[in-house]
Amino acid sequence: MGKNIHDIQNEIIEEFALFDNWQDKYEFLIEMARELPPMDEKLKTDDNLVRGCQSRVWFSAFSEGDLLFFSADSDALITKGLVALMVRVLSGHKPDEIAGADLFFIDKIGLHEHLSPTRSNGLVSMIKQMKLYGVAFHQKQLGG
Amino acid sequence: MENNNLDIQKIRNDFPVLLQKVNGIPLAYFDNAASSQKPRQVINAIYKYYSEENSNVHRGVHSLSARATEKFEGAREKVRAFLNARNTHEIIFTRGTTDSINLVASSFGKKFIGPNDEVVISAMEHHSNIVPWQMICAEKGAKLRIIPINDNGEIIFDEYEKLLNGKTRIVSVTHISNTLGTINPVKKIIESAHKKNIPVLIDGAQAVPHFPIDIQALDADFYVFSAHKMYGPTGIGVLFGKEKLLNEMPPYQGGGDMIKTVAFEKTTYNDLPHKFEAGTPPIAGVIGLGAAIDFLNETGLENIAARENYLMHYATERLLQIDGLKIFGNAKEKASVISFLLDGIHPYDVGVILDQMGIAVRTGHHCTQPLMERFNIPGTVRPSLAFFNTIEEIDRLEKAVLKAKKLLGK
Repeated sequence: MGKNIHDIQNEIIEEFALFDNWQDKYEFLIEMARELPPMDEKLKTDDNLVRGCQSRVWFSAFSEGDLLFFSADSDALITKGLVALMVRVLSGHKPDEIAGADLFFIDKIGLHEHLSPTRSNGLVSMIKQMKLYGVAFHQKQLGG
Repeated sequence: MENNNLDIQKIRNDFPVLLQKVNGIPLAYFDNAASSQKPRQVINAIYKYYSEENSNVHRGVHSLSARATEKFEGAREKVRAFLNARNTHEIIFTRGTTDSINLVASSFGKKFIGPNDEVVISAMEHHSNIVPWQMICAEKGAKLRIIPINDNGEIIFDEYEKLLNGKTRIVSVTHISNTLGTINPVKKIIESAHKKNIPVLIDGAQAVPHFPIDIQALDADFYVFSAHKMYGPTGIGVLFGKEKLLNEMPPYQGGGDMIKTVAFEKTTYNDLPHKFEAGTPPIAGVIGLGAAIDFLNETGLENIAARENYLMHYATERLLQIDGLKIFGNAKEKASVISFLLDGIHPYDVGVILDQMGIAVRTGHHCTQPLMERFNIPGTVRPSLAFFNTIEEIDRLEKAVLKAKKLLGK
């Protein structure tokens, strides 16, 4: 059994606590972006594009067994780093857990400004959509 | 000529907003093209209005209303003089550049644009000078024609003239491009259009803070701008229109103030300028605009232009030293903005890093998506200068861009 959403977030908070300046924090984020497994080019369609004004985010969802997985990418590196964190936290769990997840880690690692609507970088929309997928897949599971 | 006749430190002290820190670092504000900062003179004028002079204008017998009206119409005369327009009644107050263009597109369009007619705009226009024309063209069955630009971001003049024909009803182009910084040859553009009796609207949003405008010399039929980009408050802008055209155009919005008499059977409309100013106007905004004009006149627009020219050259030179940095917009005549990209790096990432270092720039498509398509780029990093920026701030910008390149490059 893998870690649950809550534990993964705490893990991330611990990792970020090691940084005492913005440079190290962003370097780490950029590293996460570079380590994110590349998204299949075939999946980077307009349908999978989450629109932001500033940067583009693609993501797609698929289920395996009773777990929900996400694959995502962005054309901006910092956005991609945040996307990587989201995938790390939310991917590979039960749909209802994803739907109801409280994403407290963003604030705790001091990156909540990237979720502000003015940043318009596609992240907020992506998180919303991930949760919606959680709801939809959960309904599907209940439906039998 | 670094400072010309300006005491920059004294001027900076007049802008309270510049005193703050961002992420613990003094703010270097390079987002002037998005919105300008406001000097104390403008803030105080608005404060004074609300503290001592507030009253509705035009319809009042009492002294307070008379004073407010005098100040309000006094500001209109200031705008007239600022633009060197012939008549005060040719100055219409609107909510801003976008509102002004919508007014012309709708009202001029209603009367003068018909099926198969043509409207000419350029490939470098801001969405506010594209969408209103798309809307009226769709409504009337007219066609939007686009003046092509070269790789330097300049209008291809012969191609422009080829577009002017018997079906062209209006030309609408920007004075200075908010993304490329190109200063368009608007006098020539207007002359060519006038040879074929075609009126021209000039979008002056980016121009008015940078150099003096002479409407009569340009012979523009419509000229529009926003106060908030020229050291004034938000929510107020100007439409200058030649009275002959404005008189022929139907009203845009209906309501109080724009009428002479109202009866359920028939209503008659007011004369210029009030015909196009329905409802209580943004009085405090107008007074702020008047104070902004006073500020610009006292500082001297020629002084401002000279200093900004100097800063632009310095900044361009510094940025071009950076390996892998490309500037978009290399017109022979430029002002206001420098749009650039670092090779292989997304502009959003650069903007985030610059913000961490206290430097405010804008990133993205700058409301000119067709222009981004033309150059096949996702957006740019756009520092935009004002006369109160300093060499020290530009040096900080250069260092920050180098740092961003180091962090984000492969």
